[in-house]
Amino acid sequence: MLRLDGVSYRYPGAAGDALAGVSLAVNARQFVAVLGPNGSGKTTLVRIALGALAPSAGRADIDGRPAPAWKRQELARVIGVVPQREDNLFPQRVRETVLLGRYPHLSMWGRERAEDHAAVQRALVACDVEHLVDRWVWTLSGGEYQRVRIARALAQEPKLLVLDEPGVSLDLKHEMGLFELVRGLVDTQGLGVLMITHDLNLAARFADSLLLLSEGRPVASGAPTDVLTHEIVETVFSWPVAMQTIDGRPQMIPLRQSKEPVA
Amino acid sequence: MKWLLLIGATVVALGASVLLGPAAVPLSEVFRSDIVWNLRAPRALLAFLVGGSLGAAGASLQALVRNPLADPFLLGLSGGAGLGAVLAIALHLSGPWSLPLAAFVGALAALALVYRLGLVGGGALDPRILLLGGVAVGAFAAAITTAIVSLADAAELRNAFLWLWGGLSAASWDSVLLVALYAPIPLVVLYAAARPLDLLALGEEPARYLGTDVERVKRRVYLAASLLTAAAVAVSGVIGFVGLVVPHIARLSWGHRHRALLPAAFLGGGALLAIADTLARTVVAPRELPVGVVTALIGVPVFALLLRRWTVA
Repeated sequence: MLRLDGVSYRYPGAAGDALAGVSLAVNARQFVAVLGPNGSGKTTLVRIALGALAPSAGRADIDGRPAPAWKRQELARVIGVVPQREDNLFPQRVRETVLLGRYPHLSMWGRERAEDHAAVQRALVACDVEHLVDRWVWTLSGGEYQRVRIARALAQEPKLLVLDEPGVSLDLKHEMGLFELVRGLVDTQGLGVLMITHDLNLAARFADSLLLLSEGRPVASGAPTDVLTHEIVETVFSWPVAMQTIDGRPQMIPLRQSKEPVA
Repeated sequence: MKWLLLIGATVVALGASVLLGPAAVPLSEVFRSDIVWNLRAPRALLAFLVGGSLGAAGASLQALVRNPLADPFLLGLSGGAGLGAVLAIALHLSGPWSLPLAAFVGALAALALVYRLGLVGGGALDPRILLLGGVAVGAFAAAITTAIVSLADAAELRNAFLWLWGGLSAASWDSVLLVALYAPIPLVVLYAAARPLDLLALGEEPARYLGTDVERVKRRVYLAASLLTAAAVAVSGVIGFVGLVVPHIARLSWGHRHRALLPAAFLGGGALLAIADTLARTVVAPRELPVGVVTALIGVPVFALLLRRWTVA
């Protein structure tokens, strides 16, 4: 569905490439996570994958068509995006904000149809936020708000979901709940998921495939056990770590640099 | 229900401004009266069209520049129009249309300058720069206007001053017809952008991912709202607060969705200006207040109440 082949990108006026020779594929029923330190090119990669930037070398395709060639409205019917940030200039309720996800399906002059409200309802149920429909968005907790935003993206009825750092600033319960929700959407609804995240451990637990970036270059990609090896993680993140395995997935524990004082 | 109330209020406002005035016209003669037919009726309709245009332009600009305090005149148009009008007065240009035409040209010049400033960062229109550029261009034009006015003689000065505060006394069936033919085009453009404006309230990136061609929408909304304002200022001078306060009052009942908000702001702005103009010509009759003074006298207290509501909520 979504495919990058040897993509490079240099921002106008920049000295070096923000991305160099990155390849990636996301298919239906597949959860792919992109990892890497700050400034490793994760956000640039998503912008190219979604056609917001045109690659300076290589190809970015969505359903076999070059990403920049898609009209925004057509693309929004195929890919739902949960960006890192959004504002609410005016107060709105949960039902209204999820309904915005139907806009790509509406004609310029037409009204919302029964099928639009049905899609909103399904999205609310899938994200377990049905009970919040009449709440003002600004009264929600961080975890509830993220689920509502995922519901809005689901209301678009996309084939692919793109999430940019969805777990940031969530507590343990809500972060785990969010990853369980996304994994469930992949398994039950057959969605493809592309997620950018800082959290190596959760990515390793939930994703099918990982892509690790460092300074715009792909360091490793594939199954979590192949990507998150002791040596690769220490090199890319420049910090000593210990690696363990839980449920057959690699888990990283950062070590202290100085020895802990003995009591 | 609330639509019926709003339409009812609009009809009452239009009716009142046709029936009330310094000259007493018996009810039985309303439809034959020359005063009603040739003076009050076109003036009421022009007030309605201008107020409606300012309401709709203000509602869409507030979403575009992401600032609830945006007013159609904040984008430098009033300064440009004022400069054009004062130039026409100082140069003794004659003819019934020279003043509105000069004001319209001045507003368009300011619009073009601000638009160009908004593009300084590259190909994308930056709403923050539009706002700052509008304030700067407006201040610059106002400085030149003041310089010209300070050199003018007393009668010219009074004319210029009255024009700058707005007024509908020059209303005629010609000006009503002109605005009625002109305004629907930008109004339809704004209404067509209603859903994209809802999405823009989330920010440009989320709006893009929800299917909006953000750059095209920003350009269209800015141009349509500015062209509406330029026409309004050309026929009636600068009338403040309608474009600022009416959209906020409309949002209290109609919410932030522009499909309902834009028509509500249009009707509400039209009704408010028709009432304000009726007050302007009756309270100190036989003299007349500039209608901008009345809208400011009504608008500022309402605005203060709204500010209080926001900070308390």
